[in-house]
Amino acid sequence: MFLRDEDRIFQNIYGMKDRTLAGAKARGLWDDTAGIIGRGRDAILDEMKKSGLRGRGGAGFPTGLKWSFMPKESDGRPHYLVVNADESEPGTCKDREIMRHDPHTLVEGCLVAGFAMGAHAAYIYIRGEFIREREALQIAIDEAYEDGLLGRNAAKSGWDFDVYLHHGAGAYICGEETALLESLEGRKGMPRLKPPFPANTGLYGCPTTVNNVESIAVAPTILRRGADWFAGFGRQNNAGTKLFAISGHVNQPCVVEEAMSIPLRELLDKHCGGVRGGWDNLKAVIPGGSSVQCLPSPVCGDAIMDFDWLREQKSGLGTAAVIVMDQSTDIIKAIWRLSKFYKHESCGQCTPCREGTGWMMRVMDRLVTGEAEIEEIDMLFDVTKQVEGHTICALGDAAAWPIQGLIRHYRDEIEDRIKAKKTGRVSAVAAE
Amino acid sequence: MLRRLHHEQPESFAFTQANLEWAEGQIAKYPEGRQASAVIPLLWRAQEQEGWISRPIIEVVADMLGLAQIRVLEVASFYFMFQLAPVGRYHIQVCGTLSCMLCGAEDLVAVCKDKIGPEAHKVYRDGLFSWEEVECLGACSNAPMVQIGKDFYEDLTTERFAEILDAFANGEVPTPGPQNGRYGPEPKSGLTSLIIPEDERNGLNASAQLAVALGETVARIDGTQPVASAQVINTPRSGGN
Repeated sequence: MFLRDEDRIFQNIYGMKDRTLAGAKARGLWDDTAGIIGRGRDAILDEMKKSGLRGRGGAGFPTGLKWSFMPKESDGRPHYLVVNADESEPGTCKDREIMRHDPHTLVEGCLVAGFAMGAHAAYIYIRGEFIREREALQIAIDEAYEDGLLGRNAAKSGWDFDVYLHHGAGAYICGEETALLESLEGRKGMPRLKPPFPANTGLYGCPTTVNNVESIAVAPTILRRGADWFAGFGRQNNAGTKLFAISGHVNQPCVVEEAMSIPLRELLDKHCGGVRGGWDNLKAVIPGGSSVQCLPSPVCGDAIMDFDWLREQKSGLGTAAVIVMDQSTDIIKAIWRLSKFYKHESCGQCTPCREGTGWMMRVMDRLVTGEAEIEEIDMLFDVTKQVEGHTICALGDAAAWPIQGLIRHYRDEIEDRIKAKKTGRVSAVAAE
Repeated sequence: MLRRLHHEQPESFAFTQANLEWAEGQIAKYPEGRQASAVIPLLWRAQEQEGWISRPIIEVVADMLGLAQIRVLEVASFYFMFQLAPVGRYHIQVCGTLSCMLCGAEDLVAVCKDKIGPEAHKVYRDGLFSWEEVECLGACSNAPMVQIGKDFYEDLTTERFAEILDAFANGEVPTPGPQNGRYGPEPKSGLTSLIIPEDERNGLNASAQLAVALGETVARIDGTQPVASAQVINTPRSGGN
């Protein structure tokens, strides 16, 4: 049973239809937004909690609950909604499509989410490289202002609301929420220690909630169609529809909205024309962006694309960025490339990450060529454990996990390469 | 990564009048006393105007925002999109991260080495070209891809990439977006959702459409270029239907 078009939240994700405000309205967006706001803050929070929406930026924290952490009454400080549009997790390219092709889902979402957290302003932080996407989103914001949907008495809701678009300049770390706030305040994107949490002390020292683009963009439709409708998709605790971005060795890489908990194989067969060279040619899949452990092919046949199933495999849904690798892939080199990425992107604030990402990459360099000792595999695993959990933010963890996954699933291959290098010949397994 | 200011620096820097007015509008986005927030947008516009971030730019931006110069320097050196040395008129940024690597990014780097020059960040061909490998640009379903100026060229082959570089060398700006006939990140063989007849589709995806409509892909931005607006976000239909 595939998701039907009428149940897709992003009706213009490919941008083939009218991209203006008029087009968005024709597709049902901005329909009685004032009515939604008129239900009141508590009703909106309840509905969002009931929908089971979990954050779409990677961590999967319940969105309604997150919103409810904002102070009920202002103590004089303004509240802020900050939208994390710094989409930079390798493999992830879904928010880009929302912002350039269906931007009014996000702009309307800012208003209802902002109201639900007592904020009169939202800052959207988009990665610097998305220049055309920034222009497209700014157009949507400008149109909303001109139409009275933003500004004083936004959408005739009685709530004043402003949306500002801000951009970064090429730093993966700014996708971490407190690094993003630092960057938005005009500094280097170095994560803050928590507590205090942003809901208490966030942007400019004020109560702030940081949400992923997709989490905000789905909110108006959830509130319009009801929590039960949204919760009707996916397994228990994994509700809703979800944008999946599939890249790598499939016949038709694509971005597509599907029901949560769709089996991996169904996702790839239905939308991506299957794995290049057929299912049996599959080597591994990284199911949730570069920061999660890979799934070796024997597991992939049973894989269910949701938070809980993938976590049981010590992997994760992350951003639902599915990177597919066929048998031609040098899996050691693939994970090395991610190690290189994390080394490049470590902000340098915490020593275990600043030094550890370099150590890990340099050992990975040698595992790729096989110029290493067998003992170094365990040593590398040990280093990943010394980085994991010992840093302010999760970048250190994210650098450690892919390597742990590699060692867990492909130790034989690493050992074979080292042995082959030493003896000068390829072992039977590696030659297969 | 250690990034320092270039050893040769210009005497001075000034925003054009139009860019200065634009900058004031940016600063107004942030609450009173929080104008430091505008540091990245201002530095970026300065780079769009001059091509790279020089010491005088850092000084001017620091003055405009009432910041110590070191605060602006540390921002300029922290964020990798800021070029701290001159780049070619066409600076080619090849995405090299995993999805693109799986789909042939290393071959694209080889094309850069062959057609531009062996070293990244170095200016070749009389100032025309420079290149670098960058980390994930977020267009993974259209891998492999490169960014040139404001725009993404996606779904590349080595042959097509070489043609694109030749076109730039001849002063042309090829239409950005997917280079294999695809529209955006939909399945190439045909839509599997949200099916819409081909003759009812917008001509180009939004990014490519804006690039074509505004035409400033690789231009130096002096603030007088046309600004993106709702009038140009859809592709105009030819032939009156």
